Amino acid sequence: MESLGNIILYFVAALSIIVFSVMTVTTKKILRSATYLMFVLLATAVIYFQMDYEFLGAVQIAVYAGGIVVLFVFAIMLTHKPGNDVAPLTLHKKWLGLAAALLGVVLCGYALFSYTKFCGATITSVSALDMNQLGHMLLSTDKLGYLLPFEAISVLLLACIIGGVVIARKR
Amino acid sequence: MYLVPSLVMFGCGVFGFITRKNMIAMLISLELMLNSVDINFVVFNRFLYPEQHEGMFFTLFAIAIAAAETAVAIALIINVYRVVKNVDINQLTKLKF
Repeated sequence: MESLGNIILYFVAALSIIVFSVMTVTTKKILRSATYLMFVLLATAVIYFQMDYEFLGAVQIAVYAGGIVVLFVFAIMLTHKPGNDVAPLTLHKKWLGLAAALLGVVLCGYALFSYTKFCGATITSVSALDMNQLGHMLLSTDKLGYLLPFEAISVLLLACIIGGVVIARKR
Repeated sequence: MYLVPSLVMFGCGVFGFITRKNMIAMLISLELMLNSVDINFVVFNRFLYPEQHEGMFFTLFAIAIAAAETAVAIALIINVYRVVKNVDINQLTKLKF
């Protein structure tokens, strides 16, 4: 975090997260909204890479930016007839939404900036978790093992596959 | 300082979830909120407990659950579209057809 390149990279990623997430919720076309969401997710992956979590950044790019955004684009294409002029996205209850969002952001921002110890904290360099160690932790049953959530996730994914097929099947 | 973009992202998610009427746009806002929570887990893990990896594994599992949840939600939306011919939440007033 100390070097100039890292600081510039952080500001680019943070600014693109802020700008594109605002544009995601204010744009009028839904396909543009999905594209801006992809940019937000890629900038999040940049932040993960910057914090030395390479595997997490790769998972973020592969699952979020590669999988979920494609799924969104497919769903948009299936539910909005391309070619016909699509009705623009409208915002209703704008003041309620703005009030709720601003209230939350101001409250959390005050709490964040009043706790100044965390504001100027820098990343302490630790040895990054290598892939070998990560695989052993993911599949071990001892104190720092994650075998049970791993298996639970696999059962959940199986249930989601079956549920998705059953729900979206043509009758 | 990494928490600021995450905070703004969560605010945008709340705003979009309340103001959008299209179901897919609401789901996109939901993804924004989930993603900001993931960033928070990783940042707290990295800055406060840098020699442990709980937040990173939690984010890993949260990403997997978010993917599964999005798949099921999109299946539901496509099914609703097949019946109602619309994904607007104002047209969707009945639970059973």
